Amino acid sequence: MTATADATALEFGKSRTRKEDARLITGRTRFTDSITPSGCLHVAVVRSPLSHAKIVSIDTAEAKKAPGVHGVYTVADLGAEAVGMPCAWPITPDQKAPQRPVLAKDTVHFAGEGVAVVVARTLAEAKDAAELVEVDYDPLDPVLDMEAALAEGATLVHPDLGSNESATWVFDSGEAGTGGSVSDAIAAAEADPDQIVVRRRFRQQRLVPAFMEPRSCVVDPTGEQIVIWAATQVPHILRTMTTVTLGVPESKLRVIAPDVGGGFGGKIGVLPEEMMTVLLAQKLRKPVKWTETRSECMLTAHHGRDQIQDLTITAKKDGTITGLDVKLLADMGAYLGLVGPGVPVLGAFMFNAIYKIPAYRFATTNVFTTKTLTDAYRGAGRPEATFGIERIIDELAVELGREPLELREQNWISHEEFPFTTVCGLTYDSGNYEQATARAKELFDYEGLRREQAERRANGDKVQLGIGISTFTEMCGLAPSRVLGSLAYGAGGWEAASVRMLATGKVEVITGASAHGQGHETAFSQIVADKLGVPFEDVEVLHGDTASSPKGLDTYGSRSLVVGGIAITMAADKVIEKAKKFAAHMLEADVSDIEFNAGQFTVRGTGAGKAIQEIAFAAFMAHDYPEGIEPTLDSDAVYDPENFSFPHGTHLAAMEVDTETGRVTLRHYVCVDDIGNVVNPLIAEGQVHGGLAQGIAQALFEEANYDDQGTLVNGTFVDYTLPSAADLPSFTTEIVSTPATSNPLGVKGVGEAGTIASTPAIVNGVLDAVRHLGVADIEMPTTSQRVWRALQDAKGRSTQETPIDTHSPGAGLGSIDPNNPQGEVQ
Amino acid sequence: MAEVRVTVDGVNYADEVEPRMLLVQYLRERLGKTGTLIGCDTSNCGACTVHLNGQSVKSCSVLAVQADGAEVLTIEGLARDGELHPVQKAFNECHGLQCGYCTPGMIMASVDLLGDNPDPDEHEVREGIEGNLCRCTGYQNIVRSVQRAAQMMKPGAAVPTEQPAPVAGD
Repeated sequence: MTATADATALEFGKSRTRKEDARLITGRTRFTDSITPSGCLHVAVVRSPLSHAKIVSIDTAEAKKAPGVHGVYTVADLGAEAVGMPCAWPITPDQKAPQRPVLAKDTVHFAGEGVAVVVARTLAEAKDAAELVEVDYDPLDPVLDMEAALAEGATLVHPDLGSNESATWVFDSGEAGTGGSVSDAIAAAEADPDQIVVRRRFRQQRLVPAFMEPRSCVVDPTGEQIVIWAATQVPHILRTMTTVTLGVPESKLRVIAPDVGGGFGGKIGVLPEEMMTVLLAQKLRKPVKWTETRSECMLTAHHGRDQIQDLTITAKKDGTITGLDVKLLADMGAYLGLVGPGVPVLGAFMFNAIYKIPAYRFATTNVFTTKTLTDAYRGAGRPEATFGIERIIDELAVELGREPLELREQNWISHEEFPFTTVCGLTYDSGNYEQATARAKELFDYEGLRREQAERRANGDKVQLGIGISTFTEMCGLAPSRVLGSLAYGAGGWEAASVRMLATGKVEVITGASAHGQGHETAFSQIVADKLGVPFEDVEVLHGDTASSPKGLDTYGSRSLVVGGIAITMAADKVIEKAKKFAAHMLEADVSDIEFNAGQFTVRGTGAGKAIQEIAFAAFMAHDYPEGIEPTLDSDAVYDPENFSFPHGTHLAAMEVDTETGRVTLRHYVCVDDIGNVVNPLIAEGQVHGGLAQGIAQALFEEANYDDQGTLVNGTFVDYTLPSAADLPSFTTEIVSTPATSNPLGVKGVGEAGTIASTPAIVNGVLDAVRHLGVADIEMPTTSQRVWRALQDAKGRSTQETPIDTHSPGAGLGSIDPNNPQGEVQ
Repeated sequence: MAEVRVTVDGVNYADEVEPRMLLVQYLRERLGKTGTLIGCDTSNCGACTVHLNGQSVKSCSVLAVQADGAEVLTIEGLARDGELHPVQKAFNECHGLQCGYCTPGMIMASVDLLGDNPDPDEHEVREGIEGNLCRCTGYQNIVRSVQRAAQMMKPGAAVPTEQPAPVAGD
């Protein structure tokens, strides 16, 4: 790279290797648990083994005497009985929201909830002492099933709320004026022999986000500002919410998200443990560190999904969809997370997906149970919605005897129809479903695989082939602040950025986005290098520290590029406008005659020019600059998007099912995603790969299982079957580009696409392989055992019930055979 | 307390440790080798993988005292004289990491894998690193990285690289 930028060599669109890798591949990292200020004390939390119980007594006397122990505290000892974690999304004015305490007060509401905390010189001493805390519980009935929880006379998770229903949120296109009435559509379809009504119930099982870095928090109260290092996606929100929760003035808090090891939505919370660590540091006047174990993480970090979906779709017998009705039950767990209640609502606008549906109604009822709370997990509401619609479209195709891809094409928005306002009132700015689908079919050899499938069926092969389809869209770039306001969300959706020109011509970019694996430092450097005409290497991206990036709304909802990236672009534009005034002064020309291209400010029609670095130096020296302006090029911008962006794509899965054993094999996966313009194809492809793995894992491997006492029975990596490299194939991924028209970069967002799209593709494929054998549905995860059981049921054979059926032979590493739990050789 | 004498990334240490202290705790808490990370408590994730006398081990499943007299290589000692190991280079070139949390262990496991099998096919790579979990990448670019590194490490490879670093202290 030369010091002078070459206008022909744009960074945008280049597969740059990442600049952040240099640290990460050499161990030169700063993850939160690796930060230990001098004199730091360590925390161990005493957690409830029961899901629902009265706390009769807590005896901390022995623990307090243990070596190295600085203190043992209950919530009363901390004086924190009145403290409650924030829920920022009251989806209805009458939403029932229990206080979510720092530590349980008189009742525990889920297994794993903290009841006391030990602070000691070392973590080992803290853990030893935690073993000495005696807690006497009086067990209460667990509340586990959502429908039972809503029934008359059910045990109440929070008796003071009077109900296990937190809220019911409804969207009706007839009432909103954005479409027809779905009840009319259903009535019409039921009365008309030329129409069809298809009703299905789908279950979105409970998942664990399982980011690789367990959550951690270090609080240093020594100094004017309390410094909080946290393994969080949301340092800015954490700062504001710490003020809201504990009353510490925001100006007295500095929050740092150093290296953060993944999040996937799982690190957007404001945690009881974080607030507890702040309280302990204030109390003890020493730095305090809390780091959870993986087992604590599985048990207490928020889970994702967990919905029961009742869908009704109506269509003419020619395949034209006439209406869609969606009724959800969404398990909130024991408390409401920061945005947990809104997760199903984020799906409300996506069940109609890419289809022209004239009448639509959505209702979610959010329910309390005595389980770990749920909140955002990669896609947050949109994977659930995409699963529902893509599954029922396949069901409709079966009922109508139609080819499923053709039925989709008949109903989707054709590329000539953009911009298109949906039945939810959202305007999709751009897209081309035909293009993505045609390319995916070609890469997949769709026709060839259909032929092979027909042959295998005709031959009655032991291993049958299924083809799974998912033509998805999503709404990214959370979000237009006015839209969030209309949904009663507790914040805006803007993002902030600053661009600073240093004296020596280097550039500092400050972003309010907070990366935890996304590669912002590289991608944002590429954008700014192009904008300012400076070398990629000369751009430094600062983020994740409220002292250096004081303003921001952080990273989730595929928003960093489509909102944060635009803010950076706007700040760079302001730098250029300021620099033009300096250039005009230095070149003795009129500002209107100054042109800017590739880092050079020139006077139109002359050869005279100044490089942006020269102007930066002149502004720094400030010995000679124009009257009436400030001697700086530095600029700030805040971007509030006017619309969401709508990536889409066509995903195709070739699934092989062994009809004798139920074994499912993902033979080939093809996806073609339209994510608009692409800053860095290497990074975008990596995001797709990882998203696919998580979505496929929901379809095939993962489920958080509770027993009838409300105990999470697979709360470790031994038995929560996260896929390993050996469990997945290589994917065929390709990106096509219909630029977004809603933002100046034409970008759409990619972080969640793979996860949103892939789950229904896999399940549709598994069912497609065995439907002709009489199997109508298989709940996720579609493990060998469940597939085998479904095949036996279809043959009219009885099968033995197993208590918790992801613990099955073939469910993955560490599976336990319920009939032979010790794994004895027989 | 028990005494442990160990060479880590080429430096000799002699320490008194609690017998129950894990090697990973010793590395992180006593030696400040925070490049090696902890991702689970059941020895499933492999984030803490290091080399013990040239063999990859999960340092959460080794007691510090078991490393007495041994040579340990961590991610921090893998690059030699400022030159990255081919596996480190390949992870960067093939985008084999995102958040980077699994990366130290993944790289150390991959170095050991290539020691046993210098030219693994995709299946062999996938089987060879199945003891290391990654939640970001879907593994595809990790597999590419390992295979790229194998190419770089072949004798006479076009890409100039050093032989894999021997255990520090050799």
